[in-house]
Amino acid sequence: MRDALREFVLDGATLRAASDGVPLAGLVPVGPRFRWQPDGRPCSVRRTWLDTFDWRLYRAGLTLELTSRPRGPAEYRLTGRDGELIAAQPANQAAAARAAATSGSRSPRAAPQSWLISALPEGPLREQLAPVVGVRALLPVARAVSTARQLRVLNDDDKTVARVTVDQMAPGPKAPGLPPRLVITPLRGYVSQADRLAELLTDVDGVTEASIGPLEQALAAAGRHPGDYTGKISVRLEPQQPAAAAVASVLTSLLDTLEANVPGTIRDIDTEFLHDLRVAVRRTRSALKLAGDVLPAGLAARFRPEFKWLGDLTTPTRDLDVYLLGFGGMAAGLVAASPADLEPFRAHVARKRAVEQRQLARGLRNPRFSRLSRDWREALAAVPASRRARPTARTLADQRIRKAHRQVLADGAAITPASVPEALHDLRKRAKELRYALEIFGSLYDPGAHWQAIRELKALQDCLGMFQDTQVQMDELRAFAGEMMAGQTVPAATLLAMGEVAAGLARQQHAARSEFAGRFRDFAGPGGQSRILALTGEARG
Amino acid sequence: MKILATYNIKGGVGKTATAVNLAYLAAKAGHRVLLWDLDPQAAATFLFRIRPRVKGGGKALIQGTRTLDAAIKGTDFDRLDLLPADFTYRNLDLLLDSARKPERKLGRLLAPLRSGYDVVFLDCPPSISLLSESVLHAADVLLVPLIPTTLSVRTLDQLTEFIDGFEGKQPGILAFFSMIDRRKRLHKEIATTLPAQRKDVASTAIPALSIIEQMSVQRAPVVSFAPRSAAARSYVELWKEAADRAGLAAD
Repeated sequence: MRDALREFVLDGATLRAASDGVPLAGLVPVGPRFRWQPDGRPCSVRRTWLDTFDWRLYRAGLTLELTSRPRGPAEYRLTGRDGELIAAQPANQAAAARAAATSGSRSPRAAPQSWLISALPEGPLREQLAPVVGVRALLPVARAVSTARQLRVLNDDDKTVARVTVDQMAPGPKAPGLPPRLVITPLRGYVSQADRLAELLTDVDGVTEASIGPLEQALAAAGRHPGDYTGKISVRLEPQQPAAAAVASVLTSLLDTLEANVPGTIRDIDTEFLHDLRVAVRRTRSALKLAGDVLPAGLAARFRPEFKWLGDLTTPTRDLDVYLLGFGGMAAGLVAASPADLEPFRAHVARKRAVEQRQLARGLRNPRFSRLSRDWREALAAVPASRRARPTARTLADQRIRKAHRQVLADGAAITPASVPEALHDLRKRAKELRYALEIFGSLYDPGAHWQAIRELKALQDCLGMFQDTQVQMDELRAFAGEMMAGQTVPAATLLAMGEVAAGLARQQHAARSEFAGRFRDFAGPGGQSRILALTGEARG
Repeated sequence: MKILATYNIKGGVGKTATAVNLAYLAAKAGHRVLLWDLDPQAAATFLFRIRPRVKGGGKALIQGTRTLDAAIKGTDFDRLDLLPADFTYRNLDLLLDSARKPERKLGRLLAPLRSGYDVVFLDCPPSISLLSESVLHAADVLLVPLIPTTLSVRTLDQLTEFIDGFEGKQPGILAFFSMIDRRKRLHKEIATTLPAQRKDVASTAIPALSIIEQMSVQRAPVVSFAPRSAAARSYVELWKEAADRAGLAAD
């Protein structure tokens, strides 16, 4: 089984006292049956911690570290919450150099694909990481240089029963050192000896159990903390807060998210930077539509067209991303055609995406975007925060959620088997507005009731999304086929395979259309309605 | 997970020295390695300074009341663990005899370790028995040390014939000459000519050198305490051939 590390922090005086001869031997007598032994000379290790931009590894209780020694081997180490080793894999020098060469910023300079999980060597490490990381890139999040002094505790057979590392870590080669750490690594089958050693250490003056790990220590030195980015709306609103101030704070938080994703989108590091950026734009546009009237006069009207421009700028690349991300599933679903037949189609979409990505990057570097970003932040900061202003955040949230909910009910009830696809598309937009209203004001409500309301709405949204997305994909597929025919390079087998994909999409759309009535009934039924009313307080009145 | 077994019906031919040194080299190459010392004499266990004792003995392991995982001990070397020998292993044949499909038992016991190890070395006692049959079925590659005599080549042929009779999976065989005395003409002759004639005989031969015997004094693999010695160099070459045969990266 994997054994947890025992970690301690030493104060400076203890380390100095321990630095002569066999460190700690005088400080921590390990009894007659055991003895300390130094293990090689102190060595310097360059450490780079990697995680996705949205901290997927940290949130899953995992830590990925790339360690390298000067002119020595480099290694990836994946550890669990207690520091126990889960997987290790030698890294090539190129990976180590790339991680070390990247600046302290969160946007790596190396070619984007080199940070994707597919760039890691195949093996247990990649297998463990893949389901957690998904399509996100693994980026350097912190760096440090450690001078590690290794020791062993031996039993009376001179067998090592525990390894001990005294680690003096600094955020950079010339940066001041952080409090030194002492780490006991138990050997498999010798856990009780490591526990005994840990007990002895806790009794030594100047030695305390470590409350944070080395990653947190390195991040803190850089003024950061793990989990400092999330795509979710994390701002906490107060029910009695003036609505204008609450809306402004949500919008400011959305602008933070948007801006945080711009460098990664321009560098095209992974597809989720653009996805999160688009979600922030859509939420902003919905918030302006839902509650823009509580902001100072003219503010929403001034910025709405700008955010529409930004949304439109990002759409073509994302649409093509969706195609490319779903390509594996699309190919796997073929019955008559071979997955290889679709390859020219994938290459065509990839070429189009490269063109659109360049357009997108140009747009985000355009002064229009920096002006929008700057002016919007300034305008939000100038929103008056008078304590007595009315309505309150909670009153506004209740009203707007109920209004959005009524709109979904009305539009949904008007849909019959004869309704045109546009009617379902409009309903999807209304459902999205309700979803965003619930998310924007989420912190004002009881988490359990709020989660339940979102869950019911999500089931309806999934059905509407499937209907609409398959329609868009079928239309695009026809357009792609036309473009490829015009280029006169498309093999007949590819067109046949694309036809099979289109038929599959049509089947999915038909299934979604058949499911709609049931899904809407569940959402609009008495149970669903009363939950929204209870959530927003109407049932009380 | 690849399983490599050092096997020969004869004792004292260098099985344990090979298992210990190759396991060390495999771990050094970055593989997660387990060495199971199946010999009740516990030579490999002694060389790694580990006490030759398994709670519940061989019976608990074979009957599954104790998992192999729980009995494993870390050696002094990174990525290299040992499943120690126990004196009760002398009864493994009897225990296997009462198990269902005894010739497959070892493979079944090792299967749960698949996610934790890349390579398993089995160091077998010298015998031909139900245990060795189970080892032959579990192994991907058999490492067979041969003393350079005409008789030992005949034994290799018998082993090959026996394995040819297996239904389904058959281990690959990599025989190699061990304890070569360069001063003896016969040793030199056989060690040179046979690898050229037979694919199942490695081109590397392990010389008879006193530094290999020093392992029991140093209680460590020769490749760790005398990495530049002729013996260590021979084990490195043998590891390359064994890794190639098993489809593993050698460094």
